[in-house]
Amino acid sequence: MVDVSEATIASLKKKAVTLRKHIIRMTHNAQSGHPGGSMSACDLVTALYFQVLRVDPENPTWSDRDRFVLSKGHACPVWYAALAERGFFPVDELMTFRKINSRLQGHPELGTTPGVENAAGAEGQGLSFSVGLALAARMDHKAWRTYCLMGDGEQDIGQTWEAGLAASKYGLDNLTAFIDRNGIQQEGRTEDIMPLEPLAEKWEAFNWHVLTIDGHDFRQILAAIEEAQRTRGRPTVVIARTVKGKGVSFMENKIKYHGAATTDEELKLALAELDAQVAAI
Amino acid sequence: MTAGLWKMESQRSYFGKALVELGRREPDVVVVGVDTTESIKTNDFGKAFPDRFFQLGIAEPNMVSVAAGLAAAGKIPFAATYSVFGSAHTYNVIRQNVAYTNLNVKIFCSHAGLTVGPDGATHQMNEDIALMRGIPRMTVLVPADGPETAKCVDAAAAMRGPVYCRFSRTNVPTVTSREDDFAIGRARVIRDGSDVTLIGCGLMVSRCLEAADALDKMGIEARVINLSTVKPLDAATIDRAARETGGIVTAEEHTVVHGIGAAVASAIAANHPAPIAMVGVQDVFGESGEADELLRKYGLTAEKIVDSAHDVMKRRGQAR
Repeated sequence: MVDVSEATIASLKKKAVTLRKHIIRMTHNAQSGHPGGSMSACDLVTALYFQVLRVDPENPTWSDRDRFVLSKGHACPVWYAALAERGFFPVDELMTFRKINSRLQGHPELGTTPGVENAAGAEGQGLSFSVGLALAARMDHKAWRTYCLMGDGEQDIGQTWEAGLAASKYGLDNLTAFIDRNGIQQEGRTEDIMPLEPLAEKWEAFNWHVLTIDGHDFRQILAAIEEAQRTRGRPTVVIARTVKGKGVSFMENKIKYHGAATTDEELKLALAELDAQVAAI
Repeated sequence: MTAGLWKMESQRSYFGKALVELGRREPDVVVVGVDTTESIKTNDFGKAFPDRFFQLGIAEPNMVSVAAGLAAAGKIPFAATYSVFGSAHTYNVIRQNVAYTNLNVKIFCSHAGLTVGPDGATHQMNEDIALMRGIPRMTVLVPADGPETAKCVDAAAAMRGPVYCRFSRTNVPTVTSREDDFAIGRARVIRDGSDVTLIGCGLMVSRCLEAADALDKMGIEARVINLSTVKPLDAATIDRAARETGGIVTAEEHTVVHGIGAAVASAIAANHPAPIAMVGVQDVFGESGEADELLRKYGLTAEKIVDSAHDVMKRRGQAR
């Protein structure tokens, strides 16, 4: 088990609740966007941005920073929330999400939003992009690492597996991928739309180092990342079992909240639930 | 410049050599390929710089995104394959990962157009200029011959931002020389004339020069423009040609739907409307055959350009 204090875990849990509240507010304010997959990925993103990634909000393009690539671009509310809380831009700006003249586009745009590292929206391109980043770091003998967050729906896409082959061929141990395994994609359960299991065995067959964890347990998340950092000669993929809509009871495991915002009434209920969680930490 | 006994040379060979020379000067240049590297001569770069060369198998979308990632980390990646795979199969990856991101990726594709030959319609990419010029931020290059292909390599590397460059599999007449100046965004008038303008790209530049010679024998002085940059379009040179010659024939080894003819027509419509005729593939698929047979069958010849010039001049006479 990774050596992290109870205080650190508690602080990460609180931060994750803060990000979830931002996600709910942003998508409610926009009356569009994708809250479900943002909330399932929230603990992974929180762990990365508040415990793992070497990034500098004062210098977002610092050349030796770690790279975080969001392949499942529709989950950008969680990315924007993390970047704002980490100081890349003002928290107030989150309310411009999806509005005209905003730096916070409906799907990530490179070069516009401080801290955003890739463009995504058309699915399945992020892991390949991450392979390019990881190859460049290795060519330059740089220590920075690349972390790529994919959705489980992206496991349907051929390009994901093209990237899987390439990362394995080049033994990219400076690349860590996460699969937000929430089991739901736009039109239903992943296993109904296009069965993925056995997913871990697929990645193992591609010669990746595979870890399966509870994607809402910070100790497991941090331990998996530490193990990925120690692993030599192979890229690591962390299959994070998560709950779509995690953190708000009526949104959890609901297909609807893949791409639907809350109503005014639901917003109040959701925020009340999340506030109660902070009090309980 | 007149048509002559041109040397027939391989654009791929010039491309491969230019890449190696560029690689020596510029350590950030890297090359990604997809199981076509011997055919398009990027494997010479791989032999010279094995740790800057990535063979990614038959996986073109991955190739383009990997190139984008390399560019995001400061490299100057050249992604190269056949044009049908490098533009059409990868279209949305180029759009999202290369152009929307404005990354410094250079996509160089051989085997463009009908002259791929016996491989047939699946491999004859006649729509890539149309696809690529429609993408915001994309620079689109069509070198006329080998020496110009080498210049495109250097010029693409020297500019920041996405570039698509397409050229032919077949040997093409060398109509330019090493000494000719070249700049992205500039159309080059390679023969002066005031009666009609012939605008060509790729191997059709040589056909335009042949057509100009034939027209000259009929007492018609044709201006010839080598349009090696399709985007950004040199509107000033095209406007001047429309104004000064009053009629334009375009010639491309590409569909006339959204190709250089369409680009030129859009440009002159805004300022100096003039009759225009488009020589090119007429919205059809190709077929197997030898390169010259295909060019003849699909009307990509000097004779067709001459006929089109007469047509344009006749229509100009009828106007009002």
